Amino acid sequence: MKAIKHIFLLSAMTLLLAACKKNETPAPDSNNVGELSVEFDNIVGNKTLQLNTANYTNASGETFNLSLVQYYVSNLKFTNTQGAEYIVPQDSSYFLILGHDRNSRFAKVNVPEGDYRSVTFTLGVDSIRSTMPVEQRQGVLDPTGGHDGAGMYWGWNSGYIFFKMEGTSSVVASADNKFRYHIGLYGGYDPTTPTLNNIKTITLDLSPGGVAEVRKGYRSNIHLLVDLMKVFNGSPNIDIAQHPTVMVSDFSSVVANNYQHMFSHDHTENGVRNENEL
Amino acid sequence: MNKMIVFIGLLLVVIACNKASEIIPELPELFEGFKQPANFPAPAYNVAKNPISKEQFELGKKLFYDARLSRNNTISCGSCHIQAAGFTHHGHDVSHGIDDQLGTRNSMPIMNVAWNKAFFWDGGVADLDLLAIVPIENPVEMDEKVPNILKKLQGDEQYHALFEKAYGTSAITSIRFLKALSSFMVMATSSNAKYDKVMRKEGADFTQEEEQGYALFRSKCANCHPEPLFTDGTFRNNGLVPSAVNDLGRYDITLNPLEKYKFKVPSLRNLKYTAPFMHDGRFLNLEGVLNHYSSEVVDNGTIDPSLENDDGKLGIQLTAKEKKLLLAFLETLNDESFVQNKLLAE
Repeated sequence: MKAIKHIFLLSAMTLLLAACKKNETPAPDSNNVGELSVEFDNIVGNKTLQLNTANYTNASGETFNLSLVQYYVSNLKFTNTQGAEYIVPQDSSYFLILGHDRNSRFAKVNVPEGDYRSVTFTLGVDSIRSTMPVEQRQGVLDPTGGHDGAGMYWGWNSGYIFFKMEGTSSVVASADNKFRYHIGLYGGYDPTTPTLNNIKTITLDLSPGGVAEVRKGYRSNIHLLVDLMKVFNGSPNIDIAQHPTVMVSDFSSVVANNYQHMFSHDHTENGVRNENEL
Repeated sequence: MNKMIVFIGLLLVVIACNKASEIIPELPELFEGFKQPANFPAPAYNVAKNPISKEQFELGKKLFYDARLSRNNTISCGSCHIQAAGFTHHGHDVSHGIDDQLGTRNSMPIMNVAWNKAFFWDGGVADLDLLAIVPIENPVEMDEKVPNILKKLQGDEQYHALFEKAYGTSAITSIRFLKALSSFMVMATSSNAKYDKVMRKEGADFTQEEEQGYALFRSKCANCHPEPLFTDGTFRNNGLVPSAVNDLGRYDITLNPLEKYKFKVPSLRNLKYTAPFMHDGRFLNLEGVLNHYSSEVVDNGTIDPSLENDDGKLGIQLTAKEKKLLLAFLETLNDESFVQNKLLAE
């Protein structure tokens, strides 16, 4: 019995050591599948996102708060250190990040074991999925608004709202001081009369912040910071006072061009056994 | 006393029988599935992939006429798409929705939608299965959300049974809801006007006037309103003076300045039942429409080239006599069997 206890202690210590010595992660076996998540951690400039309560100030000097933040992330792709790409099967590659629901911040996928040095994803919903039959648009893509009432679909101009951000600022000259940015448009169903295409593809190099070492039985988490201030602070800077409402309009492309720069890789957590560790 | 009971019993049976005959429509004989009329092209809606069963159709019909699809349970699809008016809102220039609110556009007919490539005056939707979401969510039409509707239906045993009959299980889902509505709309085929019977050689003949009108139609109107659907499904600016609403039409969808003031070319079938006309219902009768084309067309930048003439004049040159002949021909496109089809009736 004592011997067993000793063995147990010893193995526990070994495991602890192994956990510390990151370089000794076993070589990946691409026949095995491990869990990988991309975490979308919303921030605003140098502050955390606190809906409704926190005040932020943009580059134009306008003070605002945010009441709603939500966006689609889709079509995840990972490149390993050998340069080989793994594309997540499309049917399991649509995620809706809700600023008010911390549980929604992970895009969780299963990928072959490997050391992944970059991640690529779409901010929004690709044009092909946007024109698929309703049977292939379930879960977060349900056009009837089944996605917890997030309202990420325009019925009248059939298409998804990729990015939705609302808040208030005293610079908005209306009774409720509200500003609303609902950005979508995928190019339209008719190639002869295309609409704006605000689909953005983002690729982030993970090498500086840590590659994702995906191994069976563990989870790796690629922790991104999503700086919502970049919606306003970019090229050009956007004034809330001048643009309190941006939806289906030419100016939506200016907002989309700005928000594609929101994402940065902060760090990667490897060998995670439980989401609570994150 | 015994006699009394027997009498009441009989009375109840009679009442029960009456009720039954009122409630159960004669669908078994009426429903024959989707059929492509002999003189029509293949439908745009993928009927092969979405075969329409009698049970799905019946569910769709019940939903179409159910006011619970609106926020306060007052407006059904059938409120603004009335069969007797060719499934439009007769007498209303623009749609009249929940809480007596008005929209900005004329209610379009639910007719031959299986052949439509795009829906609504601006073509904002290209998939019939996504069409119903638009009036449901429009704050001045039904002002409701599909998840709320599904909750209302889930509280109704009758719907559980109807969904089970249609789809095998009683689950009431958004996809089944949308598909059932499509099943009803796809069945709204109008193909039995006099014109069709002449074309299909079913024993009808044009009168001399109609024949002349038909020839005129083919030379002056068929460019945008080709047979047999009498629309090419494109978006065009037909030279209307913009109203105070300044509806930009297709531009609102594409944001392409070349598409300002363009609206979908409507079918010319069943005009007898669907007045008023144009996207905002500005013309009360067909004479008004023909007068527009002959003498009121204006160019506000995106006028359709087919309305520009070599001599610089705009519109379609028509004499009074020609208008009369055209009206005679248009009369042959009215399909009384469609507006009286019991299969589609509430």
